Amino acid sequence: MVHFTAEEKNAITTIWGKVNVEETGGEALGRLLVVYPWTQRFFDSFGNLSSASAILGNPKVKAHGKKVLTSFGDAVKNLDNLKGTFSKLSELHCDKLHVDPENFRLLGNVLVIVMAAHFNKEFTPEVQAAFQKLVTGVANALAHKYH
Amino acid sequence: MSLTKTDKALIAAIWAKVSTQADSIGTEALERLFVSYPQTKTYFPHFDLHHGSAQLRGHGSKVIGAIGDAVKDIDNLESSLSKLSELHAYILRVDPVNFKLLSHTILVTIAAHFPAEFTAEAHAAWDKFLTKVSAILTEKYR
Repeated sequence: MVHFTAEEKNAITTIWGKVNVEETGGEALGRLLVVYPWTQRFFDSFGNLSSASAILGNPKVKAHGKKVLTSFGDAVKNLDNLKGTFSKLSELHCDKLHVDPENFRLLGNVLVIVMAAHFNKEFTPEVQAAFQKLVTGVANALAHKYH
Repeated sequence: MSLTKTDKALIAAIWAKVSTQADSIGTEALERLFVSYPQTKTYFPHFDLHHGSAQLRGHGSKVIGAIGDAVKDIDNLESSLSKLSELHAYILRVDPVNFKLLSHTILVTIAAHFPAEFTAEAHAAWDKFLTKVSAILTEKYR
């Protein structure tokens, strides 16, 4: 189980408080689909994904990005119980969505990059490290119920 | 996964920005690597890895310099990285998993310093580029 120090928790909650969940979610999901085009396999129903600008401007991508990141916000509120928090979502991603957990790791790292772009100097190596722990914890929690 | 003409243009454009602060970017990427992935420090027991250390700066400069050379010779990566490839395979023997980690912290550092230029397309191009560099550097491992 992942353990966060008091400093890490503080770094995470402080930065998260400044995140625009809607924008950041859309950007992170959009970049995932641009940088790793094979991830588009889960989104056939999303319409036009033919170019980077089409993807980043796609309303379904933005909406879904917001949904995903809002759920991520639950992780921030439950840092001591990520597995419990994502138990149902884990079952969903395995049984219904059939998503390879590698995709959670890819999205987690893209999210870290988007946050670095937004927060610049404030996203210090220490803050990044706390978020790397968080995205890894979330990815593992989402994979936990796979069978 | 090969680099298109557009990729190469994006890679060069970002390098033009990075090169204005190459040493500090290289150093920061390494610092981020050691803080987020402490296991990577095992390759540097002989270094002082504290923030501000001269060895850290020297090594960051070396690493980013090599990347810059790769950018300038992007159509000939296999031959221009050949010596470094042998170095990593026979002398350094850094486990291949670590190339992904350093590639990631390089991207994070670029994003933090040049958010406006680091568009989704530039991000994709650099991810491809660093993946290719990593593949060449580990090509002779076995």
